[in-house]
Amino acid sequence: MQLTVNGKPIEIDADPDMPLLWALRDLAGITGPKFGCGVAACGACTVIIDGAAVRSCVTPVGSVTGEVTTIEGLGTPEALHAIQKAWIEEQVAQCGYCQAGQIMNAAVLLAANPKPDDAAISEAMDGNLCRCGTYPKIRAAIKRAATDMAKGA
Amino acid sequence: MGRLATFTRRAFLFGAVAVAGGAAFGFYKYRQDWPNPLDKDAPEGAGVFNPYVMIAPDNTITVIVPRAEMGQGVTTTLAALVAEELDVPLSMIKVDHGPAGNAYFNTAMVSAAAPFYEFDRSFMAETVRSTMGVAAKFLGIQGTGGSTSTVDAFDKMRQAGATAREMLKDAAAKRWNVAAADLKTGDGKVTGPASGQSLTYGELAAEAAAIEPREVALKARPDWKLLGKSQPRTDMLAKVTGAPVFGIDVVLPDMLFATVKMSPRFGAKAVKADAKAALAVPGVSKVVEISTAYGNGYGIIASNTWAAFKGAEALEVEWAEAAYPADSAGISKVLADRLAKADGDVMRDDGDVDTAFADAPADKVIRAAYAVPYLAHATMEPMNATAQFKDGKLTLWSGNQAPTLARDFCADMLGIEEDAVTVHTTMMGGGFGRRFELDTALYATALARETDGRPVKVTWTREEDMRHDQYRPAAVAEFAARIGEDGMPVAVEASIASPSILPSLMARTYGMSPAGPDKLLTEGSHDQPYAITNYRVTGKKADLAIPIGFWRSVGNSYNAFFHESFMDEVAHAGSLDPVAMRLTLMKDWPVATALVEKVAAMSDWKTPLPAGKARGLAFTLSFGTWVAEVVQVAETPDGIRIEKVWCAADLGTVLDPAIVKAQMMSGIIFGLSQALSQEITFADGMVEQGNFTDYDALRMSQCPEIEIELLENNSHMGGAGEPGTPPAAPALANAVFALTGKRIRTLPLGKEVTFA
Repeated sequence: MQLTVNGKPIEIDADPDMPLLWALRDLAGITGPKFGCGVAACGACTVIIDGAAVRSCVTPVGSVTGEVTTIEGLGTPEALHAIQKAWIEEQVAQCGYCQAGQIMNAAVLLAANPKPDDAAISEAMDGNLCRCGTYPKIRAAIKRAATDMAKGA
Repeated sequence: MGRLATFTRRAFLFGAVAVAGGAAFGFYKYRQDWPNPLDKDAPEGAGVFNPYVMIAPDNTITVIVPRAEMGQGVTTTLAALVAEELDVPLSMIKVDHGPAGNAYFNTAMVSAAAPFYEFDRSFMAETVRSTMGVAAKFLGIQGTGGSTSTVDAFDKMRQAGATAREMLKDAAAKRWNVAAADLKTGDGKVTGPASGQSLTYGELAAEAAAIEPREVALKARPDWKLLGKSQPRTDMLAKVTGAPVFGIDVVLPDMLFATVKMSPRFGAKAVKADAKAALAVPGVSKVVEISTAYGNGYGIIASNTWAAFKGAEALEVEWAEAAYPADSAGISKVLADRLAKADGDVMRDDGDVDTAFADAPADKVIRAAYAVPYLAHATMEPMNATAQFKDGKLTLWSGNQAPTLARDFCADMLGIEEDAVTVHTTMMGGGFGRRFELDTALYATALARETDGRPVKVTWTREEDMRHDQYRPAAVAEFAARIGEDGMPVAVEASIASPSILPSLMARTYGMSPAGPDKLLTEGSHDQPYAITNYRVTGKKADLAIPIGFWRSVGNSYNAFFHESFMDEVAHAGSLDPVAMRLTLMKDWPVATALVEKVAAMSDWKTPLPAGKARGLAFTLSFGTWVAEVVQVAETPDGIRIEKVWCAADLGTVLDPAIVKAQMMSGIIFGLSQALSQEITFADGMVEQGNFTDYDALRMSQCPEIEIELLENNSHMGGAGEPGTPPAAPALANAVFALTGKRIRTLPLGKEVTFA
């Protein structure tokens, strides 16, 4: 079975029912998307498919037709995405486990709504759990990224 | 288990002697240093200065931070301790957790167990604490817990940096034939008095590391360049780019994947099992029986994690009955019965409580009963560990808070020597006390025995994780107060019944149960800086065979709710302002009164709020850190909204303000999560909750604004990871009372009121 992940075609031998998360992690060695709950209740596994934030832990790999973007494809340490830069500026992460999912979810929010207000941020991000309680910093980083992206950063 | 049990009995005996008599044990053992764990695998040409500092010829400066990074920032703050004295910018430092090593024993974690009130800094208390530090060295347990990492490392790691710096200067002085005192250090270089005299640390490392270290004075605080100032976290870039830093991300050649299905009734074994359906799942290769003191069950080995999960689902097992009441009602009855019995451990006994209550007029006595449920840690990263057993050697990869214990217990399981075990401690996706436990490492080791030398990564499902925790114990309490003519409390009596954590932990590790009073059971109730003339707090250990463990802030997580809710009740009963009452009761502790005044000012406490809004206050001294919090709530059409939290904390010395504030914020949200909805309940001997769908935590939409200020009045350094948590739940409960007039004495509050 063929998938396009972060712009590259990859060939994997997976049961079509296998959740995309495990196909990425165990078969393709792409570990940015995290396993948190397996039931789309925490958002740690969020990837982007065709511009939509998708919980990869409940998405059968056989159903994926579009191009998949994971945190590794959003930006790299050498070429960070504006959202990742904002996350660093605001020093958001603590344990960091949920942050790939948070960032991917925020990327979809900002693509749809370049200047989200507090209510829009709450609504979009409510499905992404953070046990360290970095929410106030996530909120600040999304606002910062919105400003930076508007400036074309 | 034989060898370990003997060692531990000896060590605990020593600990007991140290506490009772003041180091009757020979000090030679204390002087005898543990081997430097870096000596074994140091790369060619590198200078190993001490267990914390290693410098390569290319000037790569590696600092070992031998504490578990679970978000609390140790990989930044502990590295900064070395960098400060070594005269290098933090950006030049490569941070590594390093190997498991007894040399990385945690003195502060053991000293904290001394049987004294947190605020007691008398000669006696300090002597015992320092003697117990000696015991810590003897025990050699490398552990992260009790909010002790910075407290423990403060001198040790600055000393490591300072001695290495002086050794580098000595080496350069020798080369240039000048006095070391005339040399300067900075940016990873030593420079001499003559022009152009400059050598990188890397160029000097090998010869410098061979020089005998000498006594060095540490920099005075005004000379600090890094410490006391917020530093960019050393782990931030990796964490925002999805780098594979967690245990669950470990990828090894030829690796197998697995999961576990352990008895959902704690301590019970399988009555019968049928693996046929499990083995029929494509990708599943083996079902292995696991039997440990942590639990009994099965491991399912497969070619990928999902197949292992499906195999576990398909595995048919009938489990034996539990050795504890099968449901929450039965468990509650055990606690209630224990509370009703008179005997217990009196942990505080000021004045004469019996007499004070004996002649109290009925209308001057208030009584209140409180209860909290069991709680799961629910770290974001589910439990997991990877193990490989090949050629008689075990290699473990796991995010864990106790690497030397993981090493020793896994060696014991396999019947190999401890030095045949290598532990790679990864970063962890949350710990909160859960990763102190050894089950993940033991189960992975049990499976690695069955894979012919191939590595196996064992990932638990969220449900397995939620249902096989070492839980925050449930607890119940009765408080009573006699209110004086002036409204102030004349007497307070508190009894708290709960299972005791240490016996639970010791039973599943060392197969023994320590007797005696347990200060963790009443911490947060018996050790608070309140001067009440007649004041008694009694802890009552309840016997329940449900595994319990350290949950962020431990006993304080429920005692603060009991104690601070009751203090609020006392204030209202005496028609006193909760801030004013505390300022009077705490007047002997200026650190506490300064904090209460601070948080009152931050929250504008004296200015009444409009109708439909209210505030609540709580205070807890825990882990050496004094914390006061005010929560403001508002009535909305959707329920009660937590609008804002103000927090003032005094840790004595703050090494990194941004990281400490982040920890306070984290602790507050953790505490509010407990208060809002969290509850572990039992039916048929099993935990009922399984995922974030029925055991949730605070979400973005419910998260209040949080404002934190740090004071530095306290003379001793306190911890940061846990002390933010205890006051959050009672401050919220007190705010809900102020708003609605409804006094909620059980957690979670969400069962009684709706939160927006």
